[in-house]
Amino acid sequence: MEQRLVELQQEALEGIKKATDLKELNDIRVSYLGKKGPITEVLKGMGKLSAEERPKMGALANEVRDVIAQAIEEKQSILEEEAVAKKLASETIDVTLPGRQVKTGNHHPLTRIIEEIEDLFIGMGYTIAEGPEVESDYYNFEALNLPKGHPARDMQDSFYITEELLLRTHTSPMQARTMEKQNGKGPVKIICPGKVYRRDNDDATHSHQFMQIEGLVVDENIQMSDLKGTLDVFAKKMFGEDREIRLRPSFFPFTEPSVEMDISCKICSGKGCNVCKGTGWIEVLGAGMVHPNVLEMAGYDSKKYTGFAFGIGSERIAMLKYGIDDIRHYYTNDVRFLKQFSIHE
Amino acid sequence: MFVSYKWLQEYVDLSGVTATELADKITKSGIEVEGVEILNEGMKGLVVGHVLEREQHPNADKLNKCLVDVGEEEPVQIICGAPNVDKGQHVIVAKVGAVLPGNFKIKKAKLRGEESHGMICSLQELGVESKFVAKEFSEGIFVFPNEVTVGDDALELLNRDDQILELGLTPNRADCLSMLGVAYEVAAILGREVKLPKPEVTSTSEKASDYISVTVDAAEDNPLYVAKVIKNVKVGPSPLWMQTRLMAAGVRPHNNVVDITNYILMEYGQPLHAFDYDRFGSKEILVRRAHQGESMTTLDDTKRTLTTDHLVITNGKEPVALAGVMGGANSEVETGTTTVLLESAYFVGASIRKASKDHGLRSEASARYEKGVDPNRVRAAAERAAELLALYANGEVLEGSVEADTLKVEPAVISITLEKINGVLGTDISMDAVKDIFARLQFTTSVEGNEITVTVPTRRGDITIEEDLVEEVGRIYGYDNIPKTLPKGASTPGKLSDYQKKRRIVRRYLESAGLYQAVTYSLTNEAKATQFALDNREPVKLAMPMSEDRSVLRLSILPQLLEVVKYNSARQNDSIALYETGAVFLSTEQDKLPEEKEHLAAAITGLWHQQPWQGEKKVVDYYVLKGVLEGLLARLGLTGRVEFCQATVEGMHPGRTADLLLDNKKIGFVGQIHPNVQKELDLKETYVFELSLKALLEAEIAPLRYESIPRYPSITRDIALVVDKKVVAGKISDIITEAGGNLLKDVSVFDLYEGDRLEEGKKSIAFSLKYFDPEKTLTDEEVTKAHDKVLQAVKEEAGAVLRG
Repeated sequence: MEQRLVELQQEALEGIKKATDLKELNDIRVSYLGKKGPITEVLKGMGKLSAEERPKMGALANEVRDVIAQAIEEKQSILEEEAVAKKLASETIDVTLPGRQVKTGNHHPLTRIIEEIEDLFIGMGYTIAEGPEVESDYYNFEALNLPKGHPARDMQDSFYITEELLLRTHTSPMQARTMEKQNGKGPVKIICPGKVYRRDNDDATHSHQFMQIEGLVVDENIQMSDLKGTLDVFAKKMFGEDREIRLRPSFFPFTEPSVEMDISCKICSGKGCNVCKGTGWIEVLGAGMVHPNVLEMAGYDSKKYTGFAFGIGSERIAMLKYGIDDIRHYYTNDVRFLKQFSIHE
Repeated sequence: MFVSYKWLQEYVDLSGVTATELADKITKSGIEVEGVEILNEGMKGLVVGHVLEREQHPNADKLNKCLVDVGEEEPVQIICGAPNVDKGQHVIVAKVGAVLPGNFKIKKAKLRGEESHGMICSLQELGVESKFVAKEFSEGIFVFPNEVTVGDDALELLNRDDQILELGLTPNRADCLSMLGVAYEVAAILGREVKLPKPEVTSTSEKASDYISVTVDAAEDNPLYVAKVIKNVKVGPSPLWMQTRLMAAGVRPHNNVVDITNYILMEYGQPLHAFDYDRFGSKEILVRRAHQGESMTTLDDTKRTLTTDHLVITNGKEPVALAGVMGGANSEVETGTTTVLLESAYFVGASIRKASKDHGLRSEASARYEKGVDPNRVRAAAERAAELLALYANGEVLEGSVEADTLKVEPAVISITLEKINGVLGTDISMDAVKDIFARLQFTTSVEGNEITVTVPTRRGDITIEEDLVEEVGRIYGYDNIPKTLPKGASTPGKLSDYQKKRRIVRRYLESAGLYQAVTYSLTNEAKATQFALDNREPVKLAMPMSEDRSVLRLSILPQLLEVVKYNSARQNDSIALYETGAVFLSTEQDKLPEEKEHLAAAITGLWHQQPWQGEKKVVDYYVLKGVLEGLLARLGLTGRVEFCQATVEGMHPGRTADLLLDNKKIGFVGQIHPNVQKELDLKETYVFELSLKALLEAEIAPLRYESIPRYPSITRDIALVVDKKVVAGKISDIITEAGGNLLKDVSVFDLYEGDRLEEGKKSIAFSLKYFDPEKTLTDEEVTKAHDKVLQAVKEEAGAVLRG
């Protein structure tokens, strides 16, 4: 009997080893371990055994069952893994084929510049003021120390609608408008982005419509050194920490003193090239200390308050930053142009 | 203003400072030097030649064969094509080996069989602009006016060994519209002296007042008028040095009298006018406002009709000059003129500006008057001109000047404290340093304690207030020396307004949805201005547009946006998705600001998306754009408050357009462009929307509150309803929502069938209804009760039949 059990075990293990699929394995399970299987059959003959031998044989039979069952289990997991692998292999795809496009647009380069500048100044405690694009002669000129007949009005040839109304020639009217709202009390810290208009024929460097960003700070003890420091932060954040700024005296009727800000040329590192016309410096914006007449007209005591203002040309900043060579691109809106500004450095 | 480096040295010592260094210093202290032109750049080998013989070229009609002495052992033969070359002339010769601008090298040549050893030159060939060359030489070679030495360096004689600084003057620095003004500026920058001309005039015993009287009837426009009389003048060419200086300054030489007035204009910045005394027409000068409708002919042979705004110089009867702008043709100095009546006057800027603008006449004179001349130079300039007329036009200056003078010239006296100066600049400059700066500017000062009182010379009319003095100190001290600080004082919160924040959200959303932002012009033509306008209002028109296409302000964005679509379509961009936000302009009353409303518009055409190798492709349609809009409304918390209603909008497809109603008020529309319009614009099927962004962003919404996540399951019931084709889905959906009560949480369309398995004129719409109770699990009976009400309502209100 013992002999038979050992033989059965051997037979079964060989069968399991040879099995190639789960069905075959299951057949083996049923035939060896089932109720009608050969082991059960062998055990039926136990009655003939002595009382001492009986438990010994029983234990052996159980051992044989366990060995077979374990072998089946092991084989089964191997076969299952193989089956899964086979299935997955059949599901292989070409991972190099293009993915399903997620189509996105992006903002206009001018918006990009404006929002970047807005965020920079918001970080320094400024709010964003916005005003009308059609302005009164008063806010566009008179409140900015440009009375009627002032020769400096020629600097900004304008589109008039009536004698008293025109398309604003700069974002500076927001200086007066904002200050008036404050009833003569500081502090004022604003940035005013917006469209402005001048009588220019459109060409590579001129546009009858363009965008400006005005900045204004009015408080007690505002100094020209504060303007210089603020513009330095602006220049370094917009163009790189390695840039230097230089202030040159200039003239705007609404500031005194007035300055132009230049930044050092990145292309030639100040040695002189085509972009900076050999000077090593690139003109970026106009600025100055708010003219006392402008403060007074807007209800501020110019003995107590001082301020600075600056005007940034968005087109110019984008041109310098991205090397755009024609101002008309901004308004033609060629998608091939717009698309290029989807990348964020 | 063009400043000759050589000429400037007559007034300031420039030793040790090159033209380029000077340009840099001037730029840094306030006047931008836009360029430095080297007049003899790339030129050499030019000498004075004497034409000994001239004869017709044997083989060419238009060529001359000349024998020219160029200061060498033997005269040379030169073939010259200029019509004005002649024997006896002293001319500019480019010898063999000479170089002219553009690296043009002169070589020995044979012209039609005759040898030519060099070239006789015109001024243009030396790089002088034609408009600055005297008329007599403008079509040929230049002939030296007086005795010059053969073989001498012609470039030196012509003052071409010079450099010209081009000053970009801001309107406040009119003082630098003269060589003397520039000299003061340069002297201050360099800390050197200014050497002023000292006119010396010998007068005859005859008195000017016996020849002329001066009356001014408009003293407010002309507070000072000075007249001088110079007799026995011989009109001829002016000396070469004067001609070359004028050319360098950008003025064309004419004759000695005119050249001298122009020379003084450039030297003193004071405009002068020379009348021919004998043709003046009387012995009296009367300055007055013109009569309305009065006319005169100016030097440019143009008849001008005048108004009472215009100031004129008259001979007591008729105008002889448009004051400060241009002289009259009838009293112009000409070759035969012998007696010159010289005018030096102070005209007030505003009146000159008006005349110059009205007549479209801008002259060197008017430009200076407009910006303000130095009242203290009026007499000095007249004296200097008299001196030069005596020296270079053989003139005899009559004694004295005849004047009408009501001018009160008082220099500005301004006091300022050291604290103020340093307070504005953010510097720590000492009083001694401030005093030194004003001394360099030749402003007189007196100091008392911390206060300095400055007397500003009349030439600097731009300095009137303390801040002007601060600027003078700052710019001479050097802005490079100002430290960099940031504003101190109370900190202010920096932030976007709610509106600005939401606008950025709108932009980011549309961009993520696949739309590119465009920026177009606000100015357009009349037809486009009102096309697709949401408001039926008059457009705002420009008084003087530059072109018809940019003459009115837009009332809608779409026409411009469609132009952009068209532009891109024409450049192989078939699939386009664009949006724009911007103001539109609604006129109100005359002289009142128009209403500016921010609009949002979008346009899409072509494919919305595609995945070619998977055979997927979605062409844009109404529902694509509506979906974009619905997503936007969801972002802004306006889902359910905006209704899409079938509508008719001019220029839009009548069956595929909807009005957008926010809280039952129209705020815009969405739909397909009318096929006819598409065809006109050469567009494919294009879908657009335009709406009032202002209305959208200003709509108040409830503050965001968290809603608990459902703990109980919901029950979904699907129904297919057969209705008349006219009945719209939105209507049925509303009926269902209304009837479903509290338990009905969501209604959505999941199928639409309009095929022939239905009765003619019918369609089937399938809805999915989701019932849910946040408090408990719903029973079937509760759902059925609510659902039955829904079925009842759609049957009664929409005539809907449940599809079997």
